[in-house]
Amino acid sequence: MQTIIISSPLVSHRLSLALPVPRSPLINYHHGAPPSIRLSSHRFTNSLRLFSSAAAAAASRDSEMATEDVQDPRIAKIAASIRVIPDFPKPGIMFQDITTLLLDTEAFKDTIALFVDRYKGKDISVVAGVEARGFIFGPPIALAIGAKFVPMRKPKKLPGKVISEEYSLEYGTDKIEMHVGAVEPGERAIIIDDLIATGGTLAAAIRLLERVGVKIVECACVIELPELKGKEKLGETPLFVLVSSA
Amino acid sequence: MADENEVKDPRIDGIKTKIRVVPDFPKKGIMFQDITTLLLDPKAFKDTIDLFVERYRDMNISVVAGIEARGFIFGPSIALAIGAKFVPLRKPKKLPGEIIFEEYELEYGSDRLEMHVEAVDSGDRALVVDDLIATGGTLSAAMNLLRRVGAEVVECACVIELPELKGRERLEGKPLYVLVEYR
Repeated sequence: MQTIIISSPLVSHRLSLALPVPRSPLINYHHGAPPSIRLSSHRFTNSLRLFSSAAAAAASRDSEMATEDVQDPRIAKIAASIRVIPDFPKPGIMFQDITTLLLDTEAFKDTIALFVDRYKGKDISVVAGVEARGFIFGPPIALAIGAKFVPMRKPKKLPGKVISEEYSLEYGTDKIEMHVGAVEPGERAIIIDDLIATGGTLAAAIRLLERVGVKIVECACVIELPELKGKEKLGETPLFVLVSSA
Repeated sequence: MADENEVKDPRIDGIKTKIRVVPDFPKKGIMFQDITTLLLDPKAFKDTIDLFVERYRDMNISVVAGIEARGFIFGPSIALAIGAKFVPLRKPKKLPGEIIFEEYELEYGSDRLEMHVEAVDSGDRALVVDDLIATGGTLSAAMNLLRRVGAEVVECACVIELPELKGRERLEGKPLYVLVEYR
């Protein structure tokens, strides 16, 4: 097996790509081109001249989803376990209820495994989870990859000194808070929530972590509502989701 | 309780030292037990979960019910490790499906805890998880919800107990397991 070590100022020297790799749902396969693994910023993917232009195009596609090209058999079961509840919390909204996923022990285990497979061994020291459903998925991932778990909370819940970031709601604004000192400059983080809709909350979480010098490697959600274009609010930060609910 | 055993598990001290006490939060006189510092230590956090998993893995638990929001931090990992479902018990109006609710007393006024009715049924053996037991009001409400759908509550499990508040006595004889006491 050939191992290619990428040493470039844009890329951590700890990253290595081994070819050939087993087929995995997390890697973009595109018309027989060598697999590309989409990791951090666009600058990183552009610097990998090893890959064909087709693979580079695949890498710069919108939100990476575990269902692209070769769908992992676990994804269908996860998607089927999510219950959609019409008109909650108000008429016209099709609410994506993950509580039924949590009742399916295999589906819940698979959900966590898909995230853990993606993020372990990538030098991620922080898993930040957005209150409250991010608290359900974040800690098991953090434990499995050996990272700290940092809760990002609604105002006035955290008892110590906090920093906060405001974000827009449909009507008005809200705030998300994090403890001062929970993270350190230079740490590599992922941000977890159950779902990305407009992207407002995740964008605020990104801003909060970036303000203290943390590098957000990726945002990870179980579900995306692509019509709400939340990915566009995330700027340079990539998004990874398991299920896209159009 | 984990640290009343004759031989205290060596992991307990490591867990206890990671819990930060914040005075006068949310108001004067309260010594708030902050578990977020425990979550920043991967080994201590893992030890916390392991201690619960080791206790419950052979007790045929089919449901872990976690109380919003800090019960969500500990409950799911326990559920995953022992092969149980995870059921979130939530503040009002968060759960989208058909719910039952149980009211409980606060110092001033009352609040409600809600559960999806279809999540649990009479065949289930349940564990209730929260980060801390103080007066026991919330845990007692949680137990009532589970009992009302016919589940058997096997035990309540918390990281921390404030024994002076006598929460243990509100659990109607059901056992309570905690890792750390704060006096």
